[in-house]
Amino acid sequence: MKFAVAPGPHTAPIASVPLTMRRVLYALTPAALAHVWFFGSGFAINFFVAAVTALVAEAAVLMLRRRPTRVPLRDGSAIVTAALLAFAIPPLTPWWIPAFGAATAIVVAKHMYGGLGRNLFNPAMVGYVVLLVSFPAELTQWIPPRMGDLDYEHLGFLAHLVYSLTGTLPPDFTIDALTRATPLDLVKEGLRSAQTYTEIRAGSLFGGVAGRGWEWINSFIALGGLYLLYTGTIRWHIPIMLLAGLLVPATLLWLIDADSFATPGFHLFSGATLLGAFFIATDPVSAAESDRGRLIYGAGIGLLTYCIRTWGGYPDGMAFSVLLMNSAVPLIDRYTRPRIYGRD
Amino acid sequence: MLEYTPDRRPTGGLRLPAHKEASVAQPIARGFVPRTLILALQQHQGPATTPVVSPGDRVLKGQVVARARALRSAAVHASTSGHVRTIEDRLVPSVHAVHRTRCIVIDTDGKDEPLPPGKGARWPQDPERQLKRIRDGGIVGLGGGVFPTAEKLGAHTPCKALIINGVECEPYISCDDVLMREEAEGIIDGALIMRDILSAPECIVAIERDKPQAIEAILEAGRASGDASLKLADIPTIYPTGGERQLVEMLTGEEVPSTHYPSEIGYICQNVGTAFALHRLVRAGQPLLSRIVTVAGDGVARPQNVDTPIGTPIGELIEFCGGYRGEVDRLILGGSMMGYALPNDEMPITKGGNCIIVAARSEVRQDFSERYCIRCGNCGTACPARLLPQELLRAARSDDHEMLDEFGLTDCIECGCCDVICPSQIPLTEVFRNAKFAHARYQRQHVFSAETQQRYRRHQERQRADARRGKDLQDNLRHEVETDEAARQRAIEAAIKRARQRRSHDADQD
Repeated sequence: MKFAVAPGPHTAPIASVPLTMRRVLYALTPAALAHVWFFGSGFAINFFVAAVTALVAEAAVLMLRRRPTRVPLRDGSAIVTAALLAFAIPPLTPWWIPAFGAATAIVVAKHMYGGLGRNLFNPAMVGYVVLLVSFPAELTQWIPPRMGDLDYEHLGFLAHLVYSLTGTLPPDFTIDALTRATPLDLVKEGLRSAQTYTEIRAGSLFGGVAGRGWEWINSFIALGGLYLLYTGTIRWHIPIMLLAGLLVPATLLWLIDADSFATPGFHLFSGATLLGAFFIATDPVSAAESDRGRLIYGAGIGLLTYCIRTWGGYPDGMAFSVLLMNSAVPLIDRYTRPRIYGRD
Repeated sequence: MLEYTPDRRPTGGLRLPAHKEASVAQPIARGFVPRTLILALQQHQGPATTPVVSPGDRVLKGQVVARARALRSAAVHASTSGHVRTIEDRLVPSVHAVHRTRCIVIDTDGKDEPLPPGKGARWPQDPERQLKRIRDGGIVGLGGGVFPTAEKLGAHTPCKALIINGVECEPYISCDDVLMREEAEGIIDGALIMRDILSAPECIVAIERDKPQAIEAILEAGRASGDASLKLADIPTIYPTGGERQLVEMLTGEEVPSTHYPSEIGYICQNVGTAFALHRLVRAGQPLLSRIVTVAGDGVARPQNVDTPIGTPIGELIEFCGGYRGEVDRLILGGSMMGYALPNDEMPITKGGNCIIVAARSEVRQDFSERYCIRCGNCGTACPARLLPQELLRAARSDDHEMLDEFGLTDCIECGCCDVICPSQIPLTEVFRNAKFAHARYQRQHVFSAETQQRYRRHQERQRADARRGKDLQDNLRHEVETDEAARQRAIEAAIKRARQRRSHDADQD
């Protein structure tokens, strides 16, 4: 009897890119729901706009590059980029902000470097940083969380949609009245104007350890991160070292001077710390390749984030830190190659 | 017998679905006699054997049909009685691929008539004669490497430990597991014979933790032997910990240098099946006539382990196991990771044939829907040789031979872990396999051209040196001639003499 032959190994693969991306999206879902709960429908609208733009941009670039479109469009990587971008930008924002960010991420950061797997920088972070530098006003329009006791009237889905599409708010609302500084902004400005950390913390936007609402969203992000660790989608090296790189200096300086430095808990649950640790820095394409390299890469991002937050010009530094460490990856890879078995 | 758990974790590797449940549920099927035997003259790593029978000869079970002439060879025996039909070239499976080699084809007579017990069956005391007996007994490594056992046991490096490999980490294969369950005493006895030949201070039997019954049986047999040098290491169920180099690292913490065999650093690894075969040779005078073969997969009616005469056509073996069932996608020799697909079932089971997977479509990898590498690095994490397959892939696809060297292409053991874990489903192992051929060719050419260049450079240097020396001589002569009258006379006479000689030489020519 004759048989067809095929090269080994014959064992069916146990992983796939679409599965990985799907898991990342599952892991983000609880945090996304929390986001909508605390900050209204803006997140959903932004995510939708970013996702559609990312897919359209990806299809367009692939067609321009004369590449097959079916497989890359279905791998889910563009959707993940859109989701990360949606977490990074303020919920109440005009539609062209997520659209411009997503298009930049896909066209410039991803495909100009050769597409998925070849991009040097994390696409979502490139998209976010370009937005932050180009449209600082829109990118700082954060609204306070819906907490019941806060003196703040919330916008419904329709109002969010209308603002996103036309830039007009319902009568009696002004953008200045709606927006508030984020907890990270408050701490930065407060410390700069010689307030003590304890005084700043007494403000109504602060909860148990960090910003109200933010604490919850970030807890759900951490939960998603644990799911990714559990399923083996990501490995511990980057998240643990990133958190250590941020929390070790934060703890030391806070112990030295609790008045002029925020608590490690505040750092952990504020801004993009947990999102960065579990979802952004762990992007395999732009991270270091070996385990040892990933320890250095993660620690570098954490440390840079702490430095930017504490002494830099921006309240949060995750995006910049990630991009800076992305650019250091070839160097890290060069010096952290594992020693081959049986060789000196 | 001491049982212990090594405190090291294996480097890399994967936990894979075992697919062994069906075949281990049955006891070893014995007494199978095929209608035909195809006995390849080269079933081991080393020079081929020389046939000592002719077409038409009647052969008996256990009779030598091809003798080992070289040191690194092992004799071939008729595994049942019958008549030699022909001696011809056939395709037979070897370690990594099918190759064409000379085979003795025997029509069996079903009587299974053994050779009458001969003289001199006593096991010799002299080590040289012991090794010769092992060679003549046709014993080779039955774990798949088919390295002649005599060669390995005759290693010159003092042995630090004998490692009996019962790990069997590859999916589907269960022949060692069932052998350990049923023949533990024989395995322990064979291991002790090997230990004595090697004068090894200790003997470690390594078994994966997912084989509790085999561990129990070996422990019992080990305790019964009362030998204090025996140890049992239960090791984690992670593929490919059963590879020689991986196992040595796991058990001793020492790495085998990439240019060496484990035996060269004092560790001898022998498969449990080999130990059992040696026991049969020494205690019963029986050469290697059969081996346990796992017949597995969803495409065979009765998956089981069969005590299979060497040379049995695979088709007959499958027939013995109830034949094909449903649609068979491919026939794999070996496990699903390092085994390879056979083009037909007419080829024989050779000494290295440990497993036949009759695979249905659903249980094997189908099309390669390959995507870009996303640099996830999971391949590097899974690599037991600590390579960076993603970097090797880049180097292989761009034919960058320097980079292939740097990233250790030749250290790849082709275990397939990177392939299976790759989310982009890149056929890494196949790329590396092909790259190894191209790389070897490149290196040959590279070495050749470097040697040629060097030769030419030396030639040029010699010519320059000669020219320099000749010029010096002339200069000296001219100087003497110009300054000394006697030297002048001598030079003139010498010139006349040379001219005369030349003339007479020319005359001879005419």
